[in-house]
Amino acid sequence: MYVAVKGGETAILNSYRLLAEQRRGNADTPELSVQQIREQLRLAVDRVMTEGSVYDPELAALAIKQAAGDVVEAIFLLRAYRATLPRLGASVALDTARMQLDRRISATFKDLPGGQVLGPTYDYTQRLLDFTLLANGQQTAAVPAATPTTEAPAFTPRVVDLLNHEGLIETHEVPQGDPAPVDLTRTPLRFPADRATRLQNLARGDEGFLLAMAYSTQRGYSHSHPFVGEIRVGTAELEIVPEELGFAISIGDMALTECEMVNQFAGSKTEPPQFTRGYGLAFGHSERKAMAMSLVDRALRAEELGEPVEAPAQMQEFVLSHSDSLEASGFVQHLKLPHYVDFQSELELVRKMRANGAGEEPQ
Amino acid sequence: MNAPDTNSPLLRVRGIAKRYGERVALHDASFDLWPGEVLAVVGESGSGKSTLLNAIAARDKPDAGSVEFQVRGGDLQEVFSMTEAQQRMLARTDWGFVHQNPADGLRMDVSAGANVGERLMGLGERHYGRLRATAAEWLGRVEIDPARIDDAPRTFSGGMRQRLQIARNLVTQPRLVFMDEPTSGLDVSVQARLLDLLRQLTRQMQLAAIVVTHDLAVARLLAHRMLVMQQGRVVEAGLTDQVLDDPQHAYTQLLVSSVLQP
Amino acid sequence: MTTATTEYNFAYLDERTKRMIRRAILKAVAIPGYQVPFGSREMPLPYGWGTGGIQVTAAVIGPKDVLKVIDQGSDDTVNAVNIRRFFQRTTGVETTTRTADATLIQTRHRIPEAPLAEGQVMVYQVPVPEPMQRLEPREAATRTLHALAEYGLMHVKLYEDIARYGHIATTYDYPVLVNGRYVMSPSPIPKFDNPKLHMNPALQLFGAGREKRIYAVPPYTPVESLCFDDHPFEVQRWDVPCALCGATDSFLDEIITDDRGTRMHVCSDSDHCHSRRQEQQPQAPAPRSEPEQALA
Repeated sequence: MYVAVKGGETAILNSYRLLAEQRRGNADTPELSVQQIREQLRLAVDRVMTEGSVYDPELAALAIKQAAGDVVEAIFLLRAYRATLPRLGASVALDTARMQLDRRISATFKDLPGGQVLGPTYDYTQRLLDFTLLANGQQTAAVPAATPTTEAPAFTPRVVDLLNHEGLIETHEVPQGDPAPVDLTRTPLRFPADRATRLQNLARGDEGFLLAMAYSTQRGYSHSHPFVGEIRVGTAELEIVPEELGFAISIGDMALTECEMVNQFAGSKTEPPQFTRGYGLAFGHSERKAMAMSLVDRALRAEELGEPVEAPAQMQEFVLSHSDSLEASGFVQHLKLPHYVDFQSELELVRKMRANGAGEEPQ
Repeated sequence: MNAPDTNSPLLRVRGIAKRYGERVALHDASFDLWPGEVLAVVGESGSGKSTLLNAIAARDKPDAGSVEFQVRGGDLQEVFSMTEAQQRMLARTDWGFVHQNPADGLRMDVSAGANVGERLMGLGERHYGRLRATAAEWLGRVEIDPARIDDAPRTFSGGMRQRLQIARNLVTQPRLVFMDEPTSGLDVSVQARLLDLLRQLTRQMQLAAIVVTHDLAVARLLAHRMLVMQQGRVVEAGLTDQVLDDPQHAYTQLLVSSVLQP
Repeated sequence: MTTATTEYNFAYLDERTKRMIRRAILKAVAIPGYQVPFGSREMPLPYGWGTGGIQVTAAVIGPKDVLKVIDQGSDDTVNAVNIRRFFQRTTGVETTTRTADATLIQTRHRIPEAPLAEGQVMVYQVPVPEPMQRLEPREAATRTLHALAEYGLMHVKLYEDIARYGHIATTYDYPVLVNGRYVMSPSPIPKFDNPKLHMNPALQLFGAGREKRIYAVPPYTPVESLCFDDHPFEVQRWDVPCALCGATDSFLDEIITDDRGTRMHVCSDSDHCHSRRQEQQPQAPAPRSEPEQALA
C-alpha cells in the first residue's frame, strides 16, 4: 500500500548535520580560523568582498569558512547579510589619485611620473607548485626580505590625466546637478541603463563571466584595441561628510584595485579621433576582475560611441542580465527543485503526440 | 473601404532633410503620391534614396520636413505628430514595408502561414481555420505552393522569401507600400517574375507604392512616376516614360545612357 | 504558536523594504496583470528558489495570519518545509496544511483544489514573469509590446503549435489575458489550474525575485487562457481516479512503484487528498500540521 512520503523536515535537519560534518572535515585536523582565512586566503576574501558588495574582510572570511571555500556561496552569504543593513549614507567619491600605492603599472608608457612599481604580483612567478608550502608554516628556504623601493609619492597623477593634457582622451562633463547614481541594490535594473548603473552591475558581477566576456572582445567579438593605461593597487581613504560637521572626515582605508583601459577610437560623424576609456574597480587586490570589468565597460559603450552593436559583450541586456552570480547560480540550481507536476504535463503531451503521430497527421 | 478624398494626395511629403554629423544626406525632398500610384525613387548608392524612404516611412526621423498621410477617415495627418502606438498601428495595417533582404522582413524560423497570419492575429483574428485559409490564399496569390504553408522561410529560396514578405505585408490590404530595392539580390530570371507579380498586385489592389531602386528597368516596369536623386537632392521628377525617354537633367541623361543595351 | 527569534525584524525584511514592496503590490493590484518592477532584495534563500514569493509574503504577513506553504501541491516537499520554517522563525505565526484554514497561502506551481474564499491571499512563486521571454528575450522590447498591447507574437506561437502538433503544446505556464488587457504568465502551474484564476474570490499576488517583478490579479477579475476560437482551451484529464482517495477532478501525480514501471496516480494536492480520505475514514490519523521547533 503506497503511503505518501512524509519527513521533509527531518530530511532538512539531517542535511544540516551532514553539512556541518562535511565542512569541518576530519576532526583530527586543526580547525581553520576565520583569522587565518582573512590573512592567508586574502585574494579569496577580496573577491568575496567585491562581489558581495561589502568591505569587511572579517565577514568575508567568515563567509568563506561557512561556505567551505565555495566562493560563490560565500558571496551569497555576504549579499544576504547586506540586504537588510540600514543605510547610513554615502561617502565622498573615492579619490584614487591619492591612493597609497603598493603597485602601479602602465603598459602605455615605458616610464611615467610616479614610476612603475611592480609590487606583489603573481605575474612574473613561474607557475610551479611549491611543495615547501606543504610543510605547515615552515619555510625551508628563507625568502630574502624585499628591498625597499623608493616609495611612490602620496599623489601620483593618473595616466589618463597625462593624456588629457594633450586633449587626446575623451573627457566627460559632470551632468548638471551632479545627480546621484541609481542604487542597483534598491531599484531594479531597467534598460537601457546608463553608464553609472552599468558599472555598478559590473562591479558586483561574477568574475568568471566578466572574464569570458572581456576575452571575447579581444578575439574579434568587437574590437577596441585596448591598452592598460594604468593599474593601481593600494589603499584609498574613505571619507564622509556628517551633516553635523559639514566637512569631510576620514573613517578608514579601503584596499582597492583600479584599472583604466585605454582604447583607440577612430572618431565618428560627431567626434574626432581620440582615446576612449574603460574603467574597472574592485576591492582588495583583484586585477583580473578590474581588467575584465574595464574591457566590458568599454564594449558596452558601443552604442554611445556610435559603434555598431554586433557582439554579445556589447549588448547591454545580454551582459547585465547575466552578470550576477546569485541570480545565475540560483536559477540554474533551482532545476533541482521538484518539477514533477510540470513534468507530468509534459509526459502527457509527449504520450499524446506519439499517439497522434502513430495515428492521423495533424491537420 | 472609404473612398479616398480625390482632392488630396494619399501622401504629402514636404521639405524632408537629414544629416549625419557634417554630412547632409538629404536636402529638402518634396513630392505628392496619389492613391494607386507607384512612384520610383531612382539613384545610385549614396544618392539618399534609402534615407528618403526610411524617413517618410517613419523608421528614421528626419531633421526637418513633414509627411502627411491620408488616414482612412479621409483626413491628412502629420505622421511625425502621431504617437508611437499610432505609427506602429499604421505600419501594421495601412502601410507595408518590403525590405531588400527578405530575412529582415520575415520571421525566418516561424512557418510561412504564421508569417502571413501574424498581422491578422495582431489585429484580433482568433479563428485558426480562417487564418490558415487566408494565409493559403495569399501564398497562392504570390505564387508560392500552398503546401509549403507550414514550412519556415529558412527553407525557401531567395525569390520565394521575397514573395512571402510581400504576402505578409499585403494581407491587411494596405493602401501604401514602401519597397527598398525589392528585386536586388535576386537572380535576373527571378527578378523578372517578381516584378511581374508586383505589377499585377499593385494594379489589382490599387496599391500606392514607393519603390527605391538603382535599376531603371524596375522603374520602367512598375512605376507611373519617378524621382531621380543625386547626392541627396531630387534632380528630376516626372512621368516614368517621359523621364526615361527624354531626360532633362545631365545626371539623368548619364544614368539613362549608362544602361547596358542587350 | 511558535515563538519567533528576536534577531530579525518581523518577517525578516526591514520596514522600509516592506513598504517598498507593498507600494509595488498596490500598483500591481491597480493594474491587473501588469508587471511592476521592484527592488528585490537578496534573501537567505537563493534567487530562483522562491525569493519573490517570500518577499511578497513577508510584506503582507501579519501576526494573526495563518500560513500554508506548498510546493507542487504538497506541504511536505523539502522546499515548502524550508520556506515554512523560515516564516515560523521570523514571524512566529500559526501554520497549517489545510487550505480552508489558511489566510495566506504561498505556492510553487500549483493552485489548491479546494476553492478559495474572499479574504484569502494566494502568493505565487514566479520564475519567469515575462510570458514572451522565450520569443523575445529583450526586456526593452517586451515592455513596448505590453504597453501597446501588441500580442501578435504570442498568438503566432500558439498558431505554430497547432500547425505542428494539431493542438497547442503548452501544458504549464500557459499564458492568460487578465482583465481584457495584459497578457500574463500565471507561473508554471499546470494548465489544469488556469480556470481557477478566473473570477477567484481571493487576492492573487505573484512575486518574481530574480527578475524583480510583482504582479497581481485582484478578486473577481476575468482571466482567460489564450486560444483560438476553433481550438478552445482544454484542461488535462486522467482516465483513472486518485488511487488513495478516488478523486476524479483533481490534478494527479504519477508515481512509479516498482522497477517494471508500474504506476499509480495520486492527488498532487496533499491536503485535498487527505481531507477526502478523512471524510471517507474518519479514524485515519491527521498529519502533523505543526512541525517541531527547528534547530536555530
